[in-house]
Amino acid sequence: MPNHSPIDAAFAALADPTRRAVVERLGRGPASVSTLAADHPIALPSFMQHLRQLESAGLIRSEKQGRVRTCTLSPQALTAVETWIIQRRRDWEARLGRLGAYLDQLEDPNV
Amino acid sequence: MSDAPAVHDRFTIERTYPHAPAKVFAAFATEEGKQRWFSGPNDQWDLIEREFDFSVGGIETIEGRWKGGHMPAGTVSRMDLVYHDIVPDRRIVYSYRMAIDGKPISVSMAAIEMVPDSAGTRLTLTEHGIYLDGYEDKGSRHHGVSWQMDKMGETLPA
Repeated sequence: MPNHSPIDAAFAALADPTRRAVVERLGRGPASVSTLAADHPIALPSFMQHLRQLESAGLIRSEKQGRVRTCTLSPQALTAVETWIIQRRRDWEARLGRLGAYLDQLEDPNV
Repeated sequence: MSDAPAVHDRFTIERTYPHAPAKVFAAFATEEGKQRWFSGPNDQWDLIEREFDFSVGGIETIEGRWKGGHMPAGTVSRMDLVYHDIVPDRRIVYSYRMAIDGKPISVSMAAIEMVPDSAGTRLTLTEHGIYLDGYEDKGSRHHGVSWQMDKMGETLPA
């Protein structure tokens, strides 16, 4: 597929309730993989798959210190999601700007 | 089909125009008026279908096929809008669905309210959007341009 962008990966990653729960949990602070996994009644390999998807989407980062892998939220990717949503608002800001210019140039029969 | 959740959002924009409410309202109420400001540059797609019925229960439709540029050539964007409430010079309430290549990507409900004030007209746009699961569908969507699609789809020619 052409033009695969971070926003697509972020949305795909956030489309799953387990992965969203991880993001919400990490919003309260970093946590180890085992701590995160304890919240979810699924097999560890499946859970690790979820973490890898979140990480490849740029939503979380993980770092291994000794035998403990710690995950942290990566705010930049969330900002990209937010950007996508507020694009609609920007569309309307541009339109209402054009509306003002259009009204200004009209001959005014109403005033 | 997908079990992905919808994403919900709401936003409000306010503007004041140094013009009477009747003049602002007219820019929404007529096809000629609206096409002067609603869409942006439109040399990158061809209009397929256009309807404009500004009445309660009336439909506004804009469908176009992209020639390339921001969107893969051949991509079809479509907006289907229904007007639910119209109070001349005061209020317009409508809902609309955006689709890319026949797949709904968002459904929104919106109100445009106009209030006269000393400077002219204060306009408030409030929109509630539900963003659908097309964004994670790897099979049928073009990746990488999701938000541009949404943006450009909405600025098809009036």
